[in-house]
Amino acid sequence: MNRFAVFFCVVAVVGGAVTLAALNLNTALGSPWHVPPYVVSLVGKYLCYAILALAVDLVWGFGGILSLGHAAFFALGGYAMGMYLMRQIAGRGVYGNPVLPDFMVFLNWKELPWYWHGFDNPIFAGLMVVAVPGLLALVFGWLAFRSRVSGVYLSIITQALTYALLLAFFRNDMGFGGNNGLTDFKDILSYPLQADATRAGLLVVTASVLAFSLMLAYAIVASRFGKVLIAVRDAESRTRFLGYRPENYKLFVWVVSAIMAGIGGALYVPQVGIINPSEFSPANSIEAVIWVAVGGRGTLVGAVLGAVLVSGGKTWLTGALPEIWLFALGALFILVTLFLPAGIIGAFRRAPAPLPAPEPAE
Amino acid sequence: MTRPHEDTLLYLDNVTVSFDGFRALNALSLVMERGEMRAVIGPNGAGKTTMMDVITGKTRPDEGAVIFGRDTDLTRLDEPAIAALGIGRKFQKPTVFEPLTVWDNFLLALAGDRRPQFTLWARETEAESDRIEAFLATTRLGDLRHRRAGDLSHGQKQWLEIGMLLAQDPQLLLVDEPVAGMTDAETAQTAELLREINRSHSVVVVEHDMDFVRALGVKVTVLHEGSVLSEGSIDHVGADPKVIEVYLGR
Repeated sequence: MNRFAVFFCVVAVVGGAVTLAALNLNTALGSPWHVPPYVVSLVGKYLCYAILALAVDLVWGFGGILSLGHAAFFALGGYAMGMYLMRQIAGRGVYGNPVLPDFMVFLNWKELPWYWHGFDNPIFAGLMVVAVPGLLALVFGWLAFRSRVSGVYLSIITQALTYALLLAFFRNDMGFGGNNGLTDFKDILSYPLQADATRAGLLVVTASVLAFSLMLAYAIVASRFGKVLIAVRDAESRTRFLGYRPENYKLFVWVVSAIMAGIGGALYVPQVGIINPSEFSPANSIEAVIWVAVGGRGTLVGAVLGAVLVSGGKTWLTGALPEIWLFALGALFILVTLFLPAGIIGAFRRAPAPLPAPEPAE
Repeated sequence: MTRPHEDTLLYLDNVTVSFDGFRALNALSLVMERGEMRAVIGPNGAGKTTMMDVITGKTRPDEGAVIFGRDTDLTRLDEPAIAALGIGRKFQKPTVFEPLTVWDNFLLALAGDRRPQFTLWARETEAESDRIEAFLATTRLGDLRHRRAGDLSHGQKQWLEIGMLLAQDPQLLLVDEPVAGMTDAETAQTAELLREINRSHSVVVVEHDMDFVRALGVKVTVLHEGSVLSEGSIDHVGADPKVIEVYLGR
């Protein structure tokens, strides 16, 4: 994890996205250079996953907090975006109700629940994308870190958190579309979601957000704060006796990470066209941890690389041999743990030169 | 709370700690003067480490008070608050921040603002660099400043940790078995270093090594089953029949 790697990754992500978008929009359908629209959306999706992976690496790689529920923040950001996109449909749904989304008409609801108000405003919705995951993380983290819950116990609680949200969002009377979730979106900020230009634009925006998140995460871990965070990760009680309050350090990075994940989720929803409760499933959060482990925990750049590579592999394998994907994922995790404990990036890092023999004590 | 003396730095008054019925500390009372160096010895399970835990806020006593300075009751505070008051602790097993460089270990230990809102924006000042240079010189780790602390030898880690303790600039240092696993030469150097530190700080040393305690030449407190068995010079406690009985078996 050095400045050069981060810089290179930022350039590659933004440059790659802009190139793909340009090749999609500016080449003819039959041209060998043409990038089909589904590739644009697919890469956009991978980059959203990369934002989630970065969020996981920030807390796990540097704070030692193994979150097995980070997809919850991703999904909450996604739902906030989904609610905005639902309100944008306004009257163009199957039932043609000017205010109520289709699923509410179907459930025979007469008026919009209070918590759906305001989501027709993109600025308010954007605020919620940040505020909902951020506040949940703040409350959860405040309680957990203050009571010094850590390690496996914390991981289990995060898993329980995302599972509880999964069950809650499955319920029809929660008002988030139940099992089916939110879908059938028409446009975003008045741009039609089906248009190639909109999809290309979303890809470039996602790449820029990823690049910004990467630089932000790097700035945090390279600061003195980041050094304390690493100290907390490896010797928490020692930092206390030095006068630091580890709970405050963890809480800050936890909330930043949750917000990052939430923004990733918000960008994900318009590109895949749906958000439903399965995004809360514990397996998603575990997959995110695997991305980070494969790319290299505590390297930031590795998280991005791992997310893109493993998701790419998943797309290919679930197309070619759908039934073996989960076995392949499990095997990948075991192999990486055994042979690349520091991940792909970690394997490329130079081993430190051997120390000179300690000076004889006179 | 009455204190025995105006110059008292630390006063443990009747401190009792039980774990599941086992009394790790049993009505322990101890007085330390400002500027003093005190050696605490005792067989395994005598309560030495528990006493450190109580002073630094890791363990809360069931009974008794721990008064620091004029009238601060340490039993009401947690570890970071006690550290901020000026009590530093060195652990038995050297705990330094292994992935960080020697330099950064000192940087994090230097007295200063510990809040995240400060450290997020903090830039290393010249005053900080100067102080780190000074500690590098004291601990003879100057050539290793850019190495990961995890790469240091056992003895070097012990020295780094003592140096970090100094960087905190505490009024009172608690040092748990500083010479465990050290060579004889390193042990002698460490005794010298502790005496040097004692010129400007009060120090409590917990140690098993009798030769080391003798080399320090300070007042000794012998703990046994959670209370003070004997107190005085090393020759005095060494001649105490109670101490001999405890150490040489009954």
